[in-house]
Parts: sequence; structure tokens; C-alpha cells
Amino acid sequence: MLKGVTIGQFFPGDSLIHRLDPRTKLLATIALIAIVFVSQGFAGFLLIAAFVLACCASTGIHLKFLFRGLKPILFIVLFTFALNLFFQSGTTVLLQLGPVKITAEGLRMASFMAVRLILLVVSSQLLTLTTSPIALTDGLESLFRPLEVVKFPAHEIAMMMSIALRFIPTLMDEADKIMKAQKARGADFETGNLLQRAKAMVPLLVPLFVGAFRRAEELALAMDARCYRGGAGRTRMHQLRFKGIDALAALAVLALLAAVIALNAFHVW
Amino acid sequence: MSNPIIEAHNVCFQYEDAAAPAVKDVSLTVEAGEFVAILGRNGSGKSTFAKLLNALLLPTGGTLRVNGLEARTEDDCYEVRRSCGMVFQNPDNQIVATIVEEDCAFGLENLGTPPEEIRRRVDEALLDVGMAEQAGASPSMLSGGQKQRVAVAGVLAMRPRIIVFDESTAMLDPVGRRDVFELARRLNREEGITIVWITHFMEEAALADRLLVMDRGRVALAGAPREVFAQVDRIMKLGLDVPEMMKLAARLRRAGVKLPEGIMTVDEMAVELCRLK
Ligand SMILES: Nc1ncnc2c1ncn2[C@@H]1O[C@H](COP(=O)(O)OP(=O)(O)OP(=O)(O)O)[C@@H](O)[C@H]1O
Ligand SMILES: [Mg+2]
Repeated sequence: MLKGVTIGQFFPGDSLIHRLDPRTKLLATIALIAIVFVSQGFAGFLLIAAFVLACCASTGIHLKFLFRGLKPILFIVLFTFALNLFFQSGTTVLLQLGPVKITAEGLRMASFMAVRLILLVVSSQLLTLTTSPIALTDGLESLFRPLEVVKFPAHEIAMMMSIALRFIPTLMDEADKIMKAQKARGADFETGNLLQRAKAMVPLLVPLFVGAFRRAEELALAMDARCYRGGAGRTRMHQLRFKGIDALAALAVLALLAAVIALNAFHVW
Repeated sequence: MSNPIIEAHNVCFQYEDAAAPAVKDVSLTVEAGEFVAILGRNGSGKSTFAKLLNALLLPTGGTLRVNGLEARTEDDCYEVRRSCGMVFQNPDNQIVATIVEEDCAFGLENLGTPPEEIRRRVDEALLDVGMAEQAGASPSMLSGGQKQRVAVAGVLAMRPRIIVFDESTAMLDPVGRRDVFELARRLNREEGITIVWITHFMEEAALADRLLVMDRGRVALAGAPREVFAQVDRIMKLGLDVPEMMKLAARLRRAGVKLPEGIMTVDEMAVELCRLK
């Protein structure tokens, strides 16, 4: 039942975007999110959407995966849409049903907000689709390194993230084993109401946690045995290096920003 | 001729909250290039002794020199850990990274080795343990035996002079167990790395140059495996087993069959039995 759970949604590949430095992709994603907020109209959104779709197409990843991430926020999108549609004040009434009226301004605002939300999710999706979790961790560590002067634990956080990534499959396997063992003893995880099912999880979670703590202890010992002493003085086998394509990517994102600002200035839509 | 790499003089260790010491007055010398096996029942102090060798624990009494160094300062501890690598029992709980070669690089990264040098040594080490093809794989896709080989590669990359295996084959299937044991023997033979092999398997211990049996924190028996296993009754009293063939030989001898001492394997037994009549 827990088999085949993948962490993140990384699609290995060899496209231009795959080969970008993870730091570039992180910064570009932040920039993209900012550009979504900068855009004042639908023309800008259209441009951004075209940009993201083109990027995705160039990676060879099916476009449908871009929209996968929308599922959990679909409710929020619909909710904001409805809220804006009914409560945005406006003058041009399109439809009136008793006290409820829909105005043109409301419709525009509602669509604007919904599209903005969708674009935010879709454009950050590109990052996780094309970057392995471990590259992401390395990128984050490297980006936050400068903050270590103000005691920000960049190395420690990155180490924690990568150890978590390393142990997720192991703990999944273990949970699976415990579940089977409990089922063989007549435990029932699937029927009953929410409370009953939550209760049924206790005999699963207790051994899982005990096991996890034992693992943590042994891992700490194994790390000590291999001379681990925190981030200071540590080198990495894989050095992150900015290349020509990273500059190219930065230029593309800057061009997008310029175009969106121009569209704003000319009040297109 | 004598070139001791581990020198222990009355080494004691007591855990803080323990009533009795876990290691008591252990004195022994291991020569460079030796393959030493340690046997002992559960709780006899084998793992504690292993951690002392690796400076994960520091003796509470006596002196312990590993590779000519006594771990006094923190820097000495790291040097001891580099020169005396350790492979643990559970293959899952000693792999740190999500990619085989990254894990292999972990020790060298901690030592601050330059990236190109790490790359070179990691490739060498993975080749040495026969895991070069899986360099880019995720450890969770590997078998137990393969994971242990990755752990060995991670230690090897640091160029240690000693490797301590603490029941590293206990959780493996027979194939993985033989793989890892043979790997340790080859590293010992071909690269002259001193091996301390802690185990519960008599058959593995029988193949060591020297065998130590620990009991309640002390070294109860020591010597060549043949000599040690010949003392069947004492071994049994220490809560251990002897190789099946030694047991059989002892019973046959008691029944009046004249067999020489020191039969350990099925082959040896077959040869001796055919010689009878
Ligand atoms: N962290 C600890 N704190 C307190 N006592 C400990 C600790 N670890 C081990 N001991 C005790 O020290 C003694 C020796 O333990 P050790 O783990 O060295 O035995 P071992 O020979 O490796 O056993 P096994 O065959 O089970 O691995 C035992 O009595 C054990 O209970
Ligand atoms: Mg032990």
C-alpha cells in the first residue's frame, strides 16, 4: 500500500533546464513568482503562461504534470473566485439575482485572482519537476551560506533535509512491514470512521517512531565515525558552478520581466 | 618485524550510568596487516571495544594507541577515526546520502579534501568494492550486501590502515554475508589493511589469523582459531558455539575415534575420516 510512493516529483532528464544550476532555478522561480505579482493584466499573464509552457515543453515533460500541483489548491482557487465574484463592488451589473449581483469588475477581479493563483503554482512546479531533491538541497545550502555570518544554520538545515530524503524510503518500507505484521494479527486500518482509523494507526506509529529514534542514534554514530563535525571546513565533491546557460536563463527571465512591465505601462487589458 | 598498529594496555571503559565496566583491563597488541576476529556472547563488550578503537568512546582507564596515536585531543580523535574506519551492523543506518557516490564521498568531505581528490578516491574505492556501476544509484535500491559494500567504500576512500567490522554481516543473507567477508579478506590480503572482525559466526572467525573471545568485558581466550576452538568445553562455557566440525570431532574423540586436533571444516573432516581404518 505504501510501495511506490515517490518523493517530490522529479523527472530525470537532460534538457537545458535540467542542466541549469539548481541555484539558478531557485532564483528564477522566485523571480517568476515576483513577475506573476507584478503583472497587472491578462496580457501579462498570457505571456507568463506562454513562457512557462514553453519551458516545460522544452524539457520533454508532459504538460499535464505542470497542472498536477493544482489539485490540492483547486478548492482555494474556486473559493477566491467565488468570493471576488460576489463581493467585489462594481458599477456594471451583469446579472442580478435578488441581493446577489455580479458585476463586470467583480468578474474581472475574480478571474484575475484565480489566474494569478494558478500561475503561481504552475510556475513553481517547473522547479520541482526538473530538479532532484538533492540538487535542490545543495542549491538552498549554497544560497543560504552567506547568512551563516548571522548564525543562520544553512549547513545543518541542508543536512537535515538530505537525511530526511535519504530515510523516507527506508521508513516507508518499515511502515509497510509493520502494517503487514499488524494486519496478520488482525489489525484493521481501512474500515471504520475517522476516529477508529486514527486509533488503528497508533500500533503502527509507535514502533515506527521507536525505530526511527534508534536509527537516528546509529546514524549519528556512523557520521561521527566518518569524522563528521558540522559544516565548518567541509568540502563537497560536487561543486555547484554557474555556466553559460545559467546566464542565458537569467536573461530570459529578465526579458520576461521587462515585457510584463511594458504591458503594465501600456495598460493592455 | 614487529609493527604493532593497535596497542592496548589495561584498557577499561565504563558507561556513565552502568554499574560495571563494559570493557575491563583489556591488553592486547595487533600487528599491522593482521586479520583479528572477536567473538563473545551478547553484551560481552565487543561493540564497546570497537568504539574505543575508533575513538567514538575514550577509555576511562589504561592506554590505547591506534596507529601510533593516543586519542587525547579532539584533532587526534579525528585522525584516529580516519585511520581506523568502522563498518556497522545495520546497512540502512550508516548510509548518509541519497546517492551511492555521494555517500562514499561523505568522509572525505568532512576531512575537507579538495573536490578533485575526492572524485578520484571515490571512483577508486567504488571500483575496489565492485560498486562502480551503481555509483549513481539510490542506496534504497540496493541489497543489504551491496549497502555494506558501499559503507566499506566510504571507509576505504579515507585510506584507513585499520577497518573494524562490528557484526557487519549479521543482517545479511548468505550471499551478501560471503561477499562482505570475502571483501574484508581481500582488502586484508591485497592492500594490507588490518581487519578487526567482530562476529557471531564461528565459520568466519575460524578463518582469521587470530581469534579473541570476550567475556564480561575481558579477553577470555586468545590465539589462533584452531587452538582456541580446540578448547571446546571452555568455549561452550563462555556461551559460544564452535564450528560444527569441531563439535563432531570432539564427540568422535570421546567415542574413541582417533582424530587429530584442529579440524574445522567439512573438507578437513572428510580427509581425516578417510585416513582412518
Ligand atoms: N550506551 C550504553 N550505555 C550504558 N550501557 C551500555 C551502553 N551500550 C552498551 N552498554 C552495556 O555495555 C555492555 C557491553 O555492551 P556491548 O554493546 O559492547 O556488547 P556486545 O558484545 O557488542 O554485544 P552484542 O553481541 O549484543 O552486540 C552491555 O552490558 C551493555 O548493556
Ligand atoms: Mg555489539
